[in-house]
Amino acid sequence: MKREIPIAITFIVGTVFALAYFIPREPFSLFERQFGDWFGIIAAFAIWLGALNLMKISAMKIARKKPDFIYASLIILSFLVMIFFGFYEGYKGLFAEPQFSYRDAGTGFNWLYEYVYSALSATMFALLAFFVASASYRAFRARNLEATLLLIAAFFVMLGRVPVGDMLTTWMPIGYTMSDWANWIMSVPNTAGQRAIMIGIALGLVSTSLRIILGLERSYLGGE
Amino acid sequence: METFGIWLAALLTIGIISFLYKDNVLYKACESIFVGISAGYWFITYYWDNLYRKFYLGVTDMDNPHRFFLWIAFALGVMMLTRLIGKIGWLSRWPLAFIVGATAGLYMMTYFVSNAFVQVGATIKLPPDFGSVGSYISFGMIALGTFSGLVYFFFSKEHKGVFGGTAKLGIWFLMVTFGASFGYTVMSRMSLMLGRLDFLFGEWLGMIN
Repeated sequence: MKREIPIAITFIVGTVFALAYFIPREPFSLFERQFGDWFGIIAAFAIWLGALNLMKISAMKIARKKPDFIYASLIILSFLVMIFFGFYEGYKGLFAEPQFSYRDAGTGFNWLYEYVYSALSATMFALLAFFVASASYRAFRARNLEATLLLIAAFFVMLGRVPVGDMLTTWMPIGYTMSDWANWIMSVPNTAGQRAIMIGIALGLVSTSLRIILGLERSYLGGE
Repeated sequence: METFGIWLAALLTIGIISFLYKDNVLYKACESIFVGISAGYWFITYYWDNLYRKFYLGVTDMDNPHRFFLWIAFALGVMMLTRLIGKIGWLSRWPLAFIVGATAGLYMMTYFVSNAFVQVGATIKLPPDFGSVGSYISFGMIALGTFSGLVYFFFSKEHKGVFGGTAKLGIWFLMVTFGASFGYTVMSRMSLMLGRLDFLFGEWLGMIN
């Protein structure tokens, strides 16, 4: 029950999706459509599981009065505010005339998305620039040829993406400025490396998928 | 509300940036708000896009003869939530197996076509501007780089002799790729940071027109 049924489910679903690619006819195309909808519904529950687990952990921190329980309560509060507006305005919009979506401009959900979620996520990712730069300062040492190639490529691409790069190389003939070099690196050696990586990933993915569908790879089921 | 929103966004932005000085109360508060708001955002988005649209509208659509099958997906979804309950948590393996099987079956072929077939085709096909000296060099370098990079990833044969030399060339191409990707990532993050600074000094403080 605990292992056999999940393995059977994986085999059936995986086989149907794989066969539907080669035989885009009924009943495979019907199964593919059905399973596609099922996938979306189960994925929604998976997201809910993550969110509810976050709430559970945060609530436990508050109940046990752990040192950072104030932050846990902020997590719960902001989560509840967001879902309140999402549900309230979603259902309000369904019964309104004309109908509107909870995401439309002017709704509380959209306001929170624009002024809180977007602002925070953009700043959070922007912050990574400093950490990546400081990490590269420590890691980028031209110790050998390979490290030097990495350093030079990064240098050209970074400098070629800002106006100062071209300003420094105005004395070079047209077509050989810093931005041209950066574009060449991106479109030739970078493309070659990316293609090798992509083909390698695709081959690895096919073999791993086959192992999963055939039940040879079972690590996703966990222990017991 | 717009002015209040701009002020709130500015304070949250400063709160996150304050981490560059050191880990502090303001940063932790902003981080917690971000976590809660993100969880709420995806919770709601998946509810309306998947549970409402695919499940509720699906089962209430009388023209759909297969609508009852959607209840199986709903049951599997509920089983996913059993992970929160210790004793019957193993039931969540069933929906997990569905997700894993569907992903494996779906991506096995689509990924193979888009990432292997199409890339091999693009490497061996002559580009539209083929003819100039530059295009000869670029075409040759891409083909050589892709081939040598693949040789490097082939570990069933020892990297010695001509094979080892080709693999070494592959490493060089891969290092340039990693360097270019790194530079590109740093610049995209910098662009985001400039966007936030533009927001602070322009939209909020009005110092930039």
